[in-house]
Amino acid sequence: MQPIEYMRMTRELYESLGHPPYGWYHADTPPAFTRLNKPLSECRIGVLSTSGAYVVGQRAYHYKDDCSIRAIPKTTPTQSIHFSHITENYLPDPRRDPNCVLPIDALRTLEADGFIGEVADDLFSCMGGIYSQRRVSEELIPALSEAFRQQNIDAAFLVPM
Amino acid sequence: MCMASALDIVRAGRPPRISFVDFPLGHTVGKMFDRAGQLDIVRRGLLGLETMTHAEQADMQPVRWADTGEWKAEEWRKGGAGGKDERKPRDGSPQYQTELDRILAGEG
Repeated sequence: MQPIEYMRMTRELYESLGHPPYGWYHADTPPAFTRLNKPLSECRIGVLSTSGAYVVGQRAYHYKDDCSIRAIPKTTPTQSIHFSHITENYLPDPRRDPNCVLPIDALRTLEADGFIGEVADDLFSCMGGIYSQRRVSEELIPALSEAFRQQNIDAAFLVPM
Repeated sequence: MCMASALDIVRAGRPPRISFVDFPLGHTVGKMFDRAGQLDIVRRGLLGLETMTHAEQADMQPVRWADTGEWKAEEWRKGGAGGKDERKPRDGSPQYQTELDRILAGEG
């Protein structure tokens, strides 16, 4: 069974609603590819979820190109993870079980089992519904890169919603 | 490693490694409360960090959301031509999941 063509789906929806076409991002250069220089069982893994996850007590995301990030300590009780994302229609299940989009329990298990060396002290989130590609490039990505750098990770595990 | 449920959108961003989970959006790393299934998906995704050998390789995870493809037809009915724009208004104020969250964040 073929994967859903979400870009075509959105294009057809927008056409039917009379909206201009959505400006999807297309990378125009190939990605860097780096092999791990140590076994996965020795790697420190950084995590990013674009689901708009926040810890109760933190400021929630807003829906107008929010380019901020949240640090979610890996010891956070799972039910203290809540969500704010402009496409709230995808959140009913994550709001009952955050692991659908932020696999904090699985990561803790894989760390305890020694499958990975460790999860970085903080997992990160952002609110993936940002329309300004310029602001993603100039604000969000540098902030995330710096956050990962400070966590001294060996590899990143990205979970788009 | 970049997990993906919207394979075409993720591929357009050209991450170095992709692990595709053919589930509806909002379930990128598993079904609700399916701890064993979530663990399998995350484990296989992470394993790709070690096993993938070249850029833009995509692993198709051997998982199924349901026995039939009806859920995909439903996604098209909701999200394709004639569907509804489900996005929330572009409000610049924090959108808390609960009113208590707002209070606990000091914005009560």
